[in-house]
Amino acid sequence: MSTVPVLPLHMRRDGFGPAAELSAGRDAEGVIRIDTMFGAEAWLVTRFEDVRTVLSHPELYSNALVPPFRPSSASRAGEEEAAEIRAGNLIGSDPPEHTRLRRMLTPEFTVRRMRRLEPRIREIVDEHLDAMEKSGPPADLVTDFALPVPSLVICELLGVPYSDRAGFQETSRRMLDVSLPPEERAAADVQARRYIAELTAAMHDDPGEDLLGMLIREHGDDLTTAELAGIGSLLLIAGHETTSNMLALGTLALMEHPGQLALLRDEPDRMEAAIEELLRWLSIVHTGMFKVTTTEVRLGGRTIGPGELVICSLPAANRDPALVPDPEDLDLARGAIGHLAFGHGVHHCLGAPLARMEMRIAFPALLRRFPGLRLAGDPVYRSFSAVHGLSTMPVAW
Amino acid sequence: MSAPKTGTPRVRADRDVCIGAGLCVMTAEEVFDQDDDGLVVLVTPDPAPETETAVRKAVRNCPSGALSLAEG
Ligand code: HEM
Repeated sequence: MSTVPVLPLHMRRDGFGPAAELSAGRDAEGVIRIDTMFGAEAWLVTRFEDVRTVLSHPELYSNALVPPFRPSSASRAGEEEAAEIRAGNLIGSDPPEHTRLRRMLTPEFTVRRMRRLEPRIREIVDEHLDAMEKSGPPADLVTDFALPVPSLVICELLGVPYSDRAGFQETSRRMLDVSLPPEERAAADVQARRYIAELTAAMHDDPGEDLLGMLIREHGDDLTTAELAGIGSLLLIAGHETTSNMLALGTLALMEHPGQLALLRDEPDRMEAAIEELLRWLSIVHTGMFKVTTTEVRLGGRTIGPGELVICSLPAANRDPALVPDPEDLDLARGAIGHLAFGHGVHHCLGAPLARMEMRIAFPALLRRFPGLRLAGDPVYRSFSAVHGLSTMPVAW
Repeated sequence: MSAPKTGTPRVRADRDVCIGAGLCVMTAEEVFDQDDDGLVVLVTPDPAPETETAVRKAVRNCPSGALSLAEG
């Protein structure tokens, strides 16, 4: 029973980048027929322009038509669970439903709003560096820095008690772990939603200044409890499973390019471009949401019928020679907006301004504090996760 | 209304389409801003010639397709 599942093509990596067979498929075919983990076949889209096209047309490529986690049984309990999992699922909805939910959240993630968070993020970063310095070397860059910093930031932004982290960190790890049976991942999703639902129920009498409090105050009448729970749990998971992997993998990538790292340390003005290049080169989100065609479409020279599953490979697209020359090279100086690491189209990452702000503060602070930062053991990749990253990264200084 | 400066196309922003990602503000702050709802507002519809490259980038990278240029 405990056979190890085979990693599907769209999740395969060679170290930081897409697996060689994935890049080869992009260069030879572009749109590739593949098997997914749950038995269905799908079209994997790998070229930069094709991925942009798919992500720009939610009316042709629907997120809402994809059954969540494909519950294997059509039992009544399964259907109820599926309905619960759909409520408030920003990322799993199409316009106009998506627009309604997204519009409630955009005011909280403006560039200006993020600047207001800056001092508090600096404090959180410094506190964690102080703690590392005091108790190490060695330290685990993942558990001592990369995971707790964004985790604490998103908790404070939402109004979720950080002391509950053991519970929700484990839940979100399970939701993203594709080696687990779909029912188990669906159960983790339900658990995450119930946690937020209980939290917000307790807030209703006196909603605070945080994001969940704002949603209750300003949209309490338009949002059901299930929708509120869906939005909250998505933000909680997206908020700490993404930036944290960028911080750990990004630091590892910098260590493997010491010349560029030295330049970055000496000239911090290079940081903004460097972060965009790291985002492109690492493309930690393998695919984003699966999509289902709503009609017959032409894509990359192929005709795809209605009702077909379509998956976009972000790392393959971001290393397409059509985007940048020598795409396999990490070249921190050339980094620019225009890559697909945050997606594209209406589902473009809501938290991108926050993630950029966290990285702009955390990377320089880490490099300044530990000029001699080096590996003190083998970093371990999390290969069965929907977000590419490390589970551990022993460091010394 | 002042006539558009030669060679620099006018920018249009469709606030019904905008999702408030803010990439335009990051790319060309002189031309784009966000209101309290996070939606795009034009600082000016007739960008200065020296901002043209940045404006073209902002239009091309706008995730929701809310921005366009009135060329020609
Ligand atoms: C560097 C870190 C991050 C990366 C690389 C990243 C990547 C992505 C990508 C690729 C998508 C689009 C998925 C798709 O099209 O199916 C997305 C959507 C999303 N992200 Fe992020 N993300 C990051 C950080 C964050 C943070 C910190 C938050 C929390 C506030 C967040 C919240 C979201 C949400 C809510 C969506 C769904 C938006 C929608 O459907 O309209 N992300 N992200």
